Amino acid sequence: MTSRFEQLIAANEKIEPRDEMPDEYRKTMIRQIAQHAHSEVIGQQPEGNWITRAPSLRRKAILIAKVQDEAGHGLYLYSAAETLGISRDELNELLHSGKQKYSSIFNYPTLSWADIGAIGWLVDGAAITNQVMLTRTSYGPYSRAMIRICKEESFHQRQGYEIMMTLCDGTEEQKAMAQDALDRWWWPSIMMFGPPDADSTHTEQSMAWGIKLETNDQLRQKFIDMTVPQTEFLGLKIPDPDLSWNEERGHYDFGDIDWDEFWTVVKGNGPCNRERIAHKRKAWDDGAWVREAALAHAAKQHARQKEVA
Amino acid sequence: MSANLNLFTYLLRLADDNMVLSQRLGELVSWMPELEEDIAIANLSLDHLGQATSLYAYAGTIEAAGRNEDALALTRSEREFMNAVLVEQPNGNFADTIARQFLVDAYQVPLYQALSSSTDQTLGGIAQKAEKEARYHLEYSSTWLVRLGDGTDLSHDRAQSALDRMWPFAADLFATDDVEAAVAAAGMGVDPTTLRDSFDSTVARVVELATLRMPTDTYERTGGRTGMHTEHLGHLLAEMQSLHQAHLGATW
Ligand SMILES: [Fe+2]
Ligand SMILES: [Fe+2]
Ligand SMILES: [Fe+2]
Repeated sequence: MTSRFEQLIAANEKIEPRDEMPDEYRKTMIRQIAQHAHSEVIGQQPEGNWITRAPSLRRKAILIAKVQDEAGHGLYLYSAAETLGISRDELNELLHSGKQKYSSIFNYPTLSWADIGAIGWLVDGAAITNQVMLTRTSYGPYSRAMIRICKEESFHQRQGYEIMMTLCDGTEEQKAMAQDALDRWWWPSIMMFGPPDADSTHTEQSMAWGIKLETNDQLRQKFIDMTVPQTEFLGLKIPDPDLSWNEERGHYDFGDIDWDEFWTVVKGNGPCNRERIAHKRKAWDDGAWVREAALAHAAKQHARQKEVA
Repeated sequence: MSANLNLFTYLLRLADDNMVLSQRLGELVSWMPELEEDIAIANLSLDHLGQATSLYAYAGTIEAAGRNEDALALTRSEREFMNAVLVEQPNGNFADTIARQFLVDAYQVPLYQALSSSTDQTLGGIAQKAEKEARYHLEYSSTWLVRLGDGTDLSHDRAQSALDRMWPFAADLFATDDVEAAVAAAGMGVDPTTLRDSFDSTVARVVELATLRMPTDTYERTGGRTGMHTEHLGHLLAEMQSLHQAHLGATW
């Protein structure tokens, strides 16, 4: 006899919070949604780093709005995770203690204004490639959050590309800034899809459960195929000598990814891992008295209303 | 001074208040006590930036010397900025940020309300939109001031110190000279001293709800409208203008 869960998955229908689900499915879903939420939240830091120095008022407004959107994405996703029976406080603690991860891409520093363009174009671009698939994922609340988030991410991607275009049409210095950003962000961006299928521990089960619909390598290839022509249009050069069109496959071939670097960053030894977590913890710890004040005030209000009633 | 120069100066004063405050608020994104407050602070920063942008753009057309909003915000020096010294004060702790915001909001609500009926239609239009934003900001900052004042002993003390610390700088919002007198006489601008009653009553009402006491310090630190700033502004501008000034003439 098959369970209702199995029937729903087989029929391509959504699993909702009240449905029974295997413990492992629940755990996988919590891990994945939490990691995604944490990524949105930590992602505020590298981009927030340029809010105070944006080169024009228009760019400053677009950047503030983008960082605000990312915080909003974090909120929707925490709400989706909460439907699986875990609290915001627990999730926060898991992030602060390093027990749950966030996307490694945010462990690289933003060192010039062009990095803001490169992040929008490549990092939001890679995120969309992954998230378009997730709009059809089997867990209902996650799939619905993704539909909403994807729309905003494509805005971010276009705005990022527009920054790159403006720089590439600009002065020699601006063009050099754009190339330098591409040089630094290219490889980390294509690592965002995760380890190759052969080494990916969760892929098989996640595909069977309809959590993932395409593999890491398929998504990576899709992203590269989409990005190469955009790069050519900008007149920039992707830092990979082995990149070339393969007529037979109908895809771009690309060079070996440095998976040692990937694992070094995942394990906590990337350029900014420590700063990112220290920043997040400091904001949280420094805010403790504010959260306590809000709770104390709410409790007093409640007591006062009871007295009146 | 010509009528145009008075209006230009007046618009810059209004714009600089918003620009500098937006910059301070922008520093706080990702540093707030909760994700919800990161979103709220970004929202405040964006609103003030939007107001500054409209005001600078209009000032640029009045000046008619080819300076757009970026030139006005990103190439003028510390001595040329004419914001009230209150808005340039550092963020400090959350209570300091809230107290500074609250005092600005209590002033901007009646300011924009009055400017909504300016004889200058462009300024009136900017003010109408800004008034709605200022009312929402006042709601936000008052709510937090009350939560902090009424919350715990610690938050009460911090809210009181913050209010006491920001208070002497609030006087600068009401400083006035020939420029305000001229634009007010023309029905284009507002004499800020006429906003004081509204400001005082908002402050008194919220301070009471927050179980705080009114600051007793009578010292007033003014001077911002003529470029006599506190030492904080130069650092803020150095950061804000650094990239723009390193590539003068570039398009972004
Ligand atoms: Fe994302
Ligand atoms: Fe996002
Ligand atoms: Fe995004």
